[in-house]
Amino acid sequence: MYVLGVETSCDETSVSIVKDGKDVLSNVVLSQIDIHKEYGGVVPEIASREHVKGITYVFDKAMNDAGLRYEDIDLIAVTKGPGLIGSLLIGVNAAKVISLSFNIPIIGIHHIAGHIYANHIDNGMEFPLLALVVSGGHTELILMKEHYDFNKLGETQDDAVGEAYDKIARVLGLPYPGGPIVDKKAAHGKDNLHFPRPMIDSGDFNFSFSGLKSHVINVHHNMKQRQEEINVEDFCASFQEAVTDVLVAKTIMAKEKFKVKQIIVAGGVAANSGLRSKMKESIQDIPVYFPKMAYCTDNAAMIAAAGYFQYIRNNKKADDLMLNGQSRLNLEG
Amino acid sequence: MILEVKLRLNSIIDTETLAKIIAEKAFKGMIVGLTGDLGSGKTTFTKFFSQAIGVKDNLNSPTFTILKIYEGNFVLYHMDVYRLEDIGYDFELDDFIYGDGISVIEWYQYIREMLPKNILSIDFKVIDEDARDVIIKGEEEYEEIVKAISNRYSN
Repeated sequence: MYVLGVETSCDETSVSIVKDGKDVLSNVVLSQIDIHKEYGGVVPEIASREHVKGITYVFDKAMNDAGLRYEDIDLIAVTKGPGLIGSLLIGVNAAKVISLSFNIPIIGIHHIAGHIYANHIDNGMEFPLLALVVSGGHTELILMKEHYDFNKLGETQDDAVGEAYDKIARVLGLPYPGGPIVDKKAAHGKDNLHFPRPMIDSGDFNFSFSGLKSHVINVHHNMKQRQEEINVEDFCASFQEAVTDVLVAKTIMAKEKFKVKQIIVAGGVAANSGLRSKMKESIQDIPVYFPKMAYCTDNAAMIAAAGYFQYIRNNKKADDLMLNGQSRLNLEG
Repeated sequence: MILEVKLRLNSIIDTETLAKIIAEKAFKGMIVGLTGDLGSGKTTFTKFFSQAIGVKDNLNSPTFTILKIYEGNFVLYHMDVYRLEDIGYDFELDDFIYGDGISVIEWYQYIREMLPKNILSIDFKVIDEDARDVIIKGEEEYEEIVKAISNRYSN
């Protein structure tokens, strides 16, 4: 089954064709990161305009790269949320046009389901499976007992982990995006500032990074006031250790409780080297998968892969043309 | 005339009380603008405010998407417009700000020109790990809220 995936939930315009949820025939991603960089993050209206500019090209290129015609496509899977509402609408509407013109069934996909299924492209999935989804907008632990069955065990009560990285970077005078640069500096610093590990003993699977953020800012402020020397690398290392300690501890807790056979780390923060090494060091009895870089960031291949499984799971029930974008959306349905 | 009240919030519980007082007087189309440094309590205030107007879902940071929408006794539009500093507006936000819900806007000063003249503004200042000083301002349709806060705290 050929599935055409469409992803425009944030600042990447992407169309992909994936066969049977596994073989990527094409995956075209047009990134806007350089445009948004100067604003310190994605600006919704600019993102929408860029999606409009790029969407036709991306559809054409994905079809050409795959060597297929629209008549060959069996299903269209498009991200319906969560994300920037204006950006989502462009992908959803473009997908609806193709669906209507060529009479192809269409389904709306949850963006996080896509991030989880990015893993299916390179590795298999064995259930029960635990997914840690960490990005600029999400921090969630999700348990899957079978294909397309999502149970949210916990999530952030305030800031997403990637967002905390961006904000800490801002305070330390480092450029956006904060994740990669803090990660890099952390490798040269020491965990000597004794930052708290928020909610590490809370007994549930929720996270909180807002208090840690405030604490780091407070320590930084006080040191500045006392005109003490601030070692940015130590700040980065201490912050990163605190964050990854909590992420790994909660993941292990969930792994033991639900006796999972596999762990997937998904989303942009899955690229963080500190998290990767701590996760792999701490968990050795079952496989811990990180999608390869191309599928860590937003892309339509993961949406097409998720679409294949959602369609089968729902007995090939398609959405109608009332399908629309939603800024917030529950994964569990 | 712009009414103004200054308060010391000694803990997160005081922040919750403030959010509740404002929520009691909430009305359709209301706009609450929040300012204050990173970590000064803007999102924490909004979380308590959302609960007080009957939002059941957990409210978390809108920084990444700029806007998150919640349903309670009112529709709540929670925005963080920090990234619009050098732009000053975003026409996609128009429909929400001038809609029927309640808008709570963090870093509202960056889009001040696209907001209506009257809003309720709350400025947070960090005193120490727990304490915050806040300055709340409002006029005309917001006067009653400022008065309610001022009455509650003078007693």
